Amino acid sequence: MYAAPSIFERFGLGRPTRRSLIYHGTVLLICLFMSYPLLWLIGSSFKPREEIFTHSASLLPHNFTLANYVQGWAGFGGITFATFFKNSFILSGIGTLATVASSAVVAYGFARLRFRGRSFWFTCMLMTLMLPTQVQIIPQYILFSRLDWINTFLPLLVPRFFGEAFFIFLMVQFIRGIPRELDEAAEIDGASKFGIFVRVIVPLLTPALVTSAIFSFYWTWDDFFGPLLYLSDPKLYPVSLALKSFADAMGETNWGAIFAMSVLSLIPVFVLFIVFQRYLVEGISTSGLKG
Amino acid sequence: MRSLIHRGAVAEVSAGAAAVRRARRRSSNLAGYLFISPWLIGFFGFTLIPIVASLYLSFTNYDIFTPPRWIGLDNYRTMFFEDPRYWKSVGATFYYVFTAVPLRLVFALAIAMLLNAGFSFLGLYRAIFYIPSIIGGSVAVALMWRRLFGVDGLINTVLGLGGLQGPNWLGDPRTAIWTLILLAVWQFGSPMLIFLAGLKQIPQELYEAAAIDGAGPWKKFLRITLPLLSPVIFFNLVMQIIAGFMVFTQAFVITRGGPLDSTRFYSLYLYDQGFQFLHMGYAAAMAWVLLIIIAFFTALVFKSSSFWVYYEADAREEK
Repeated sequence: MYAAPSIFERFGLGRPTRRSLIYHGTVLLICLFMSYPLLWLIGSSFKPREEIFTHSASLLPHNFTLANYVQGWAGFGGITFATFFKNSFILSGIGTLATVASSAVVAYGFARLRFRGRSFWFTCMLMTLMLPTQVQIIPQYILFSRLDWINTFLPLLVPRFFGEAFFIFLMVQFIRGIPRELDEAAEIDGASKFGIFVRVIVPLLTPALVTSAIFSFYWTWDDFFGPLLYLSDPKLYPVSLALKSFADAMGETNWGAIFAMSVLSLIPVFVLFIVFQRYLVEGISTSGLKG
Repeated sequence: MRSLIHRGAVAEVSAGAAAVRRARRRSSNLAGYLFISPWLIGFFGFTLIPIVASLYLSFTNYDIFTPPRWIGLDNYRTMFFEDPRYWKSVGATFYYVFTAVPLRLVFALAIAMLLNAGFSFLGLYRAIFYIPSIIGGSVAVALMWRRLFGVDGLINTVLGLGGLQGPNWLGDPRTAIWTLILLAVWQFGSPMLIFLAGLKQIPQELYEAAAIDGAGPWKKFLRITLPLLSPVIFFNLVMQIIAGFMVFTQAFVITRGGPLDSTRFYSLYLYDQGFQFLHMGYAAAMAWVLLIIIAFFTALVFKSSSFWVYYEADAREEK
């Protein structure tokens, strides 16, 4: 029964070996089931066109090909995916920086400064978390179209400079855990409120800033609705919107190219996930970020 | 600085100290508002005023090109009494929310408990289960899903291997919505992580004590796990219901509302009315009703929470 415990234990299998084998077997089976569609997507993107349909259940391509990537990258309407990726990086990059920076400033105000009406505004902010975006989009659309901002990045970028309620809340919770004595020490040393924020709070807030930044990047990268509303010139499309238009243009005929571009569109998300996994899991478990 | 002012105030209530205090409070107010000003401007500019404007628009006929024309309650009357597609979208949305949300939470809890029972590779398993959620909202996954559930797609191929004739998933109004529900269930990662964090908080001694009293696994689950986890369940439920009512991208990409409007969710129909047909007033009215629906269900969950959410007084005080 307890043969060679050293090997099993080295691999983290506990003492009752059979139970633990059943356990890990079950979990791995569910894992495989869960990740099968994604592995299949990646595998199919390297399959020649006919094979996607004939050997649709297999993960590995029989005849490996990069043709799908070449065809896909060419994009549509004479615009390559290089443009779409560039647009996505601009939107996600600027949007994320703006959201995180403005949310941190506001969070510091709510968490540390005493002012009249503070709890009222804080409650207002929490309430906005529950608002369906649909209630705001129609007048916002009208506003942006009056400003002549349609078909520019402005409707997607400008609102990001005013903080995002969810990240503000997350950071307020985090700042409350930072000892006030540090602020007071800095104040005695003659630091201004802004100085305290920059020199004391921001460095200690890093984990919350990173969590917010990653999620903000994800949501912007995946955002489909905003670009769908505000952008009609394909030159401005981010990857999300471009993929949809590309799939429509390709119809049912070139799934290989659609898959190839889908895989590419997921790469930035995966890279961030692998690098920052620990922050993400902690961020989710403690704050309950949506996603 | 603060203690100096305090001492001054206590020792002699001089006019000077009071003036200092007033000035200090004023500057503190100013600093506070300065720091939150980005949010305040955004709140008025992009949230409050737009919401009020959308309430006004909901009583008008508006197509963007000509000025809004006041028509009173007509939009609401049309919506409730003359637009069967509206009710169809309400029905599809409720069907989706009230199947996808419970299923997703049950899966999230089941997997969280499974992971909580193990001791090794937790990080790896957690990551694998979480990945679908991190990419779930993307167009790439929606496109993949569309292909998976095609007539000759992977799902039907696998069913065929088992000798089963798979349905035309996306072409049949009865099954199309289930492809979207399955997608939602597949993304149980974030509630799972929250459940997992909650499960780790439950003291192991409780289970040991229950085992000594002869309680089986089911009894332990009902008497210990569920009650102690109820605040987390509550939180997940509220978040998922709100998110469920707003589902858009997946339906837009996978089914585009069809077949026969069976997946034309509320937000999809609102988008069509507002931005395809340019019935901005009607869409604004729809948005307001959605706001009320979400507020109603959120309030319902909050109100009911006193009956089923268990807060351990001591545990809360320790925090």
